[in-house]
Amino acid sequence: MLLITCPHCGPRAELEFSYGGEAHIARPVDPASLDDDSWAVFLFERSNPRGVHAERWRHLHGCGRFFNVLRDTVSDTIVASYPAGQPRPALSPDGKGTTR
Amino acid sequence: MSDLAIRANSLGSLASTIRNIPSATLAVLPDTAKLVFRGRPAAVDVAGRAFGVALPQEACRFSAKGDRAAYWCGPDEWLLQAGGEAPAALFASLDAALAGQSCSLVDVSHRSDAIALSGPEAAYILNHGCPLDLSLRTFPVGMCTRTILGKATIMLSRPAPEIFHIDVGRSFARYVWQLLDEARGEFA
Repeated sequence: MLLITCPHCGPRAELEFSYGGEAHIARPVDPASLDDDSWAVFLFERSNPRGVHAERWRHLHGCGRFFNVLRDTVSDTIVASYPAGQPRPALSPDGKGTTR
Repeated sequence: MSDLAIRANSLGSLASTIRNIPSATLAVLPDTAKLVFRGRPAAVDVAGRAFGVALPQEACRFSAKGDRAAYWCGPDEWLLQAGGEAPAALFASLDAALAGQSCSLVDVSHRSDAIALSGPEAAYILNHGCPLDLSLRTFPVGMCTRTILGKATIMLSRPAPEIFHIDVGRSFARYVWQLLDEARGEFA
């Protein structure tokens, strides 16, 4: 089981969280002006990286808040977690942490 | 409407036949008035003064004074609990004090029932269904948090080293009670 650090509550078992998909995907400001292809990109196209992935989690059985996590999709290592609304932190050169 | 509703504790029938196991005692806590408050920092101060207990700013902590207690639930969310008070009267007094503030106040008194688990084995019994580290170092007296117990979401708080309070939704209350009672059976 993953041990995920909630920015508000600290480290908790994965059991308390629910997954919320890729992070930092902004909803288009004016959806009505988009053509079908652009709308499909917003809805369905994700980066799906092999490596560090920014994703949303919700501390469902805890404080109830959404926040963002950098997780390595190969090793399942959680590199960082940060509150929703903050920019994605830069990775340290070794990829095992962030420069903040 | 709430004045017309009849409030019956969902654990009454189970509690009357409870086994006496001193190392992990189960008890039903009396019904209390419960309000959920959410609001901006300015409203938080006003709510704390009106309630008589300052709302804790530190995450996962509660503060109590007399029969009133304020539990941190989230960065802008608190559970206000008052024993022996009518929910409607408490709501009305806070609602009046908070007039004009950006906040929400909801009466959730009928949502949940509360259980006390006490004794030297209380933390061990809880860990049958709860993944938290309940040692005093990581879960000190005065801490509260929502978490998981078996398949139920609970509000867990620790008012004393060997006493835990479990606030659980009515529909899960009997399940949680029976889960804990089964777990403590090894000390019977």
